[in-house]
Amino acid sequence: MNAKKELFQKLQQDILLWQGFKPVASGKAERIGLGDIEDAFPGGVFPKKAIHEFITVFPEHSAASDGFIAGLLAVLMENGAACVWASTSRHLFPASLSLFNVEPERIIFMDVQTEKEVLWITEEALKCEGLAAVVAEVNNLSLIESRRLQLAVESSGVTGFILRKDENKTASTVATARWRISPLPSQSEDGMPGLGFPRWQVELLKVRNGNPGNFVLEWAGEKFQEIKKIKKQPVWSEMDGRQIG
Amino acid sequence: MQRRFVSIWFRQLLSDWQLIRRPELSGVPFVFAAPDHGRMMITAVSRLAHGFGVEVGMRAADAKAICPGLEVLDDKPGRPKKLLKGLGEWCVRYSPIVAIDEFAMDGLLLEASGCSHLWGGERGYLKEIVSRLKSKGYSVRVAIADTPGAAWAVSHYGTVTPLIPAGAHVDALLNLVPDALRLDETVLAKLRKLGFYQIKSFIGMPRSVLRRRFGDGFLLRLAQAIGTENEVLIPLQLPVAFSERLACLEPIKTRNGIEIVINKLLEKLCKRMQGEGKGIRSAVLTCYRIDGKVVQVDIGTSGASHDIRHLFKLFQLKIDQIRPALGIELFVLDAPKVDDVEVPQEEMWTSKPGLDDKSVIKLLDRVAGKVGFQVIQRYLPAKRYWPERSILKAVSVTEKPTAPWRIDKPRPTELLKTPAPIEVMAIIPDHPPKFFIYKGVRHIVTKADGPERIAREWWLDQGEHRDYYQVEDELGGRYWLFRSGHYGVENKYKWFIHGFFA
Repeated sequence: MNAKKELFQKLQQDILLWQGFKPVASGKAERIGLGDIEDAFPGGVFPKKAIHEFITVFPEHSAASDGFIAGLLAVLMENGAACVWASTSRHLFPASLSLFNVEPERIIFMDVQTEKEVLWITEEALKCEGLAAVVAEVNNLSLIESRRLQLAVESSGVTGFILRKDENKTASTVATARWRISPLPSQSEDGMPGLGFPRWQVELLKVRNGNPGNFVLEWAGEKFQEIKKIKKQPVWSEMDGRQIG
Repeated sequence: MQRRFVSIWFRQLLSDWQLIRRPELSGVPFVFAAPDHGRMMITAVSRLAHGFGVEVGMRAADAKAICPGLEVLDDKPGRPKKLLKGLGEWCVRYSPIVAIDEFAMDGLLLEASGCSHLWGGERGYLKEIVSRLKSKGYSVRVAIADTPGAAWAVSHYGTVTPLIPAGAHVDALLNLVPDALRLDETVLAKLRKLGFYQIKSFIGMPRSVLRRRFGDGFLLRLAQAIGTENEVLIPLQLPVAFSERLACLEPIKTRNGIEIVINKLLEKLCKRMQGEGKGIRSAVLTCYRIDGKVVQVDIGTSGASHDIRHLFKLFQLKIDQIRPALGIELFVLDAPKVDDVEVPQEEMWTSKPGLDDKSVIKLLDRVAGKVGFQVIQRYLPAKRYWPERSILKAVSVTEKPTAPWRIDKPRPTELLKTPAPIEVMAIIPDHPPKFFIYKGVRHIVTKADGPERIAREWWLDQGEHRDYYQVEDELGGRYWLFRSGHYGVENKYKWFIHGFFA
C-alpha cells in the first residue's frame, strides 16, 4: 500500500515538473517578489516555465496588466536576458517600463500585421532559450494554439505572457495560470493629495494544480507589495452597467 | 593549368533576336537603321535582305531602292550590349567567367578552362553551345583556343575547324586574314596596301619594325592572339568569393528536392567557411529554370554564421517564393557578404544571456526572414520632452542607450498613438477636470496630479503647448489627460486623453 502511495506521489511530482512547476527546493525557494500570491501555485513557486494568460478587455485593464507584467519582467530579466513583445496593435509606451525597473532597450518589439504572425513569432520566441520572457498581445487564442505554445515553453523554459482581449471562450486554453488585473483606487501616504502607487486587484482566476485567489497588490516603486486590509472597493466586474453619457 | 577560351560569334545578333520576337518577319527582308548626320544608316541586316545586296553602312533610302519591300526598323544604341548581357548571363551555365566581346559587340568570350569535361570534352562542349543557341534561334559560330584572341579569330574567320588543340593556336592563325586580329580599319588598310594578306606574312617580322609601321595597338593585339600578352576578360558577373553551384541531371520541381539542394550547397559552402573562419551575413540562392527564367531568393543574418541548420531554416522560410515552373536545372548559392566569425568557446563559457545571445540573434534572423526586418524594433531614450518623440528606434540590435531613461516624470504604460479628444468639466481654470467623458463613458475624477507643462518643439511644428494631468477616476482607472493651449474665453483650448497608467 505504501509503495503505491509513493509511486503516486512520484508520478504527481513528474507531472508537475512537465507542466512547468519546479519542485520545492529544500529550504530556499526562488521568489519572484509576489509575496503570498506565490503560495497559490503548487509548491509555492511561481511557474516560470509556463504560459500565463491575462484577460484584458478594457484599456485600463491592459494598462494594469502591462504594469503587472513589467514588474514580473524586472525579476525575470535580472540576469540580463532580453524579452520579446509581439503584437498587432501595441500601445505600450516603452519609456514607462523603466518605472518598473525594466530596461526598455532590452525589450525587442515585433509589431506585425496579422494575428497569425504574432502567434508564429510567439511560438518561435518561446523556443528560444536565450530569452527571459515573451509577451504576446492577441485577440483570442484557441486550444490548439495554446497547446503549441505550452509545448514550446516546456522545452525551453521561457516564460510566456499572453494578453487576451476577448473575455469569452475563457475555458478553452491550456494556460497554467489565468489572471485578471484591474486597477484599484490608489492610496497616497497619510492622505496626501494626488495619486499614490499603482494599485491593482489581482484575480488569479485559474491555476493548474493550485488555488485560485483574489489579492490586492501595489507596485511600491521598487517591488510588489500586497495590501492586506482595505475597505471594500467597487470592483470592475460589478460595474458593467456603468453610467453612460 | 592550360587555359582555354571560347569565342561565340552571333552572326546576326539583332536580326535573329527580332525574328525570335516577331516570327511573322521570317519571310520579309528587314534592316535596322539609326539616324546619323541626318540620314538613316543601316546598322544591321537580316539574312534575306543580305541576299539582295544590302550591306551594313548603306543608307536606308538606297537599300530600299535595291530591295523592294524592305522593312526598316529603328535601332536603339546599346541594344546589342543589352542582348549580349542577357545571353551572357544565360551562358553562365557553361562557364563562370563570361565576357562581352567589346571589340565587335556581337559575341561573347568564355573562359572554359576546366569546364568542358562536364560536357564530355571540348567537342561536346562546343556542340552543346551551338545547338542550344540554335534551338533558341541564334545562328552562331564558335571556336575554342588557348587565347581569347585566337578563339575570336577562328570563330570569325576560320575555315577548317573550330577546335584548336592546345598549343596549336599560332598555327591556326597563320592562314587567316589580318582582320582576324581585331585591328583598327586604318591599320588594316595599311596592311592591305603593303600586301600582307595573311597573318603568316608578318608574324615573323621583328617587333621593332612592326611597331614603327603599325603602332603599339597592333603589337598588343598580335601578342594577345599569340598568347605572349595576357588578355583580361571582364566577367559579366563578378565571381563571388564564396559561391557554390549544383547542376541537376533532372530538373527539380518539388519542395523536397529544393530542400535537399539547399542543404547540399550549404554543407559545401559552410565547410569552406569554417576552414577560413568566415560566416555568412547575406546569401543569395539563384535558381536557373529550364524555361530560361531566373529566380532568386536571399537571406540575411544579423551576425556572421556558418551554422548549416540555422541558415537552412532561414532558407526554408523562403522556399515558398521559389516558383520552379517546369523545373530548375541549376542552383547557385552565393554569399556576397561574409564576415569573420568569432568562434565562441561554447563548452567552457556558456554565453551570457542578453540581446547578443546567439539563440536570440538566430530568432531575429528567422523573424526578419519570415516577416521582414522592419517589424523588429527596439527603443532608446531620446533627450526630448514631447512624449511622442521621447523614444527613438534603435538602429542595431546591440546599440546601447546614450542617456539614461528618465524616471522622474510619470509616463503612462499605454500611450495612444494619437491623443483622443474628450469632453471635460473643470470648475476652476488650470485645475484638473472634475469629470471627463471618453468613448461615451463618464469618469468622475477623484484624484489628480499635475499639471506638467510640455512645450511644443517650435522648430519642428506649430501649435499649442500641452498641460498634462495624471488623474484617477472613482474606479481606480488612471489616465493621462492634457489640455492643449491656455485657458481662456477667446482661446480654443481642447482636452485630450493620451494614455493609461498601470
